[in-house]
Amino acid sequence: METKRIVLYLNQFFGQIGGEDKADTPPHSVEKAVGPGMGLSALLPKNCTIVGTIICGDGYFNENLEEASAAVRQMLEEFAPDVVIAGPAFNAGRYGMACGMVGKIAHEMGIPAVSGMYPENPGVETYRQYLYIIETGNSAASMRTALPAMAKLAGKLANNEPVGSAAEEGYLSRGIRRNVFVEKRGSERAIEMLLKKLKGEPFETEYPIPHFDRVEPAEAITDLSKAVIALVTSGGIVPKGNPDRIEASSASRYGKYSIEGIDSLTSDSFETAHGGYDPVYANDVPDRVVPVDALRHLEKQGRIGKLFPYFYSTVGNGTSVANAKKYAAEIAQELVNEGVHAVILTST
Amino acid sequence: MVKEIERMGIAVVHVCTVTPISLTVGANRIVPAVAIPHPLGNPKLNAQEEFSLRKKLVEQALEALATPVSEQTVFES
Repeated sequence: METKRIVLYLNQFFGQIGGEDKADTPPHSVEKAVGPGMGLSALLPKNCTIVGTIICGDGYFNENLEEASAAVRQMLEEFAPDVVIAGPAFNAGRYGMACGMVGKIAHEMGIPAVSGMYPENPGVETYRQYLYIIETGNSAASMRTALPAMAKLAGKLANNEPVGSAAEEGYLSRGIRRNVFVEKRGSERAIEMLLKKLKGEPFETEYPIPHFDRVEPAEAITDLSKAVIALVTSGGIVPKGNPDRIEASSASRYGKYSIEGIDSLTSDSFETAHGGYDPVYANDVPDRVVPVDALRHLEKQGRIGKLFPYFYSTVGNGTSVANAKKYAAEIAQELVNEGVHAVILTST
Repeated sequence: MVKEIERMGIAVVHVCTVTPISLTVGANRIVPAVAIPHPLGNPKLNAQEEFSLRKKLVEQALEALATPVSEQTVFES
């Protein structure tokens, strides 16, 4: 069999460069398998070789999308792979966005790509049409099940073998419908499904109805000088010592903290509880995430009516969408009751 | 979170660095920030310059809140 070339894309952590302090590492490549590439090499078909690994910091990729994309494209041109494997990224948002973009670049170059992500990773929704994304658990604990599925699919793509449906191969639906011949006509299949449904038995729809959850933009503030503005963050700013013990990832709660009489958030009294970015800058000057100083200034100048005397904070790091929705709904209800007109929500 | 707050009829502006995520989650008013670990600041500037930068970003966010929009809008500086 002809030898097939595989290129792997990894972030700074799985690329074994370092943690969040190395998240600003620009893209570079090595001519060998690294990290999860070792496991993948053993799982890929015999004729598939990982010829190179592209490594880039998650922070760098997302903050310098154009430069990072151009560099990755050039590296892919040099490696000339048959298939690109990116990640798996599990529920790491920035990593998932980077893997998705790498898949899009490969797609534009006519190279198929495979990644692995948790369904709630924003990379899924943003890039699913460009690459195959194997469904994984929300943490690296699911590496063991992710890699075999990714290797199997990548092997099929490399060898131009037919790829099965999303359910058969374990990838997240790409929203692509393909015509197939089946034994039974539609009316029979529909009746069978209906009967199963009536009996409470499991069945699989042939066409899931897409669910678009969009919210209409709220009306603009007509007079800022009379508006009460509240600050909310997913950047994890908390009073020093993190009194509510908000978790560094997968937060199970949010906090409400008084800024009454406080002109700025200083390192003496506030810090970040977020475990998904380098905390040095936020710990030094918490105003960099929750800009109390600037809003106080604008309040004194009369640009805004009033800064709401509390800010709300949670950690948006692997936090489930269901939990984030719940926290925000509770916060929003309270803000409505308190007569807040508008919210500045900051994310890291 | 942005969406749940807006669902209650409160105008909300999302200040964040990775705007593609914000667009995917459905924020309607988006102001691009400086960097992931310091969205409203820049440790390379001196304190006064940094404060001016932050104030400018907050003013941009307020402008966004005061601007009627009918669809997802990224308010580039």
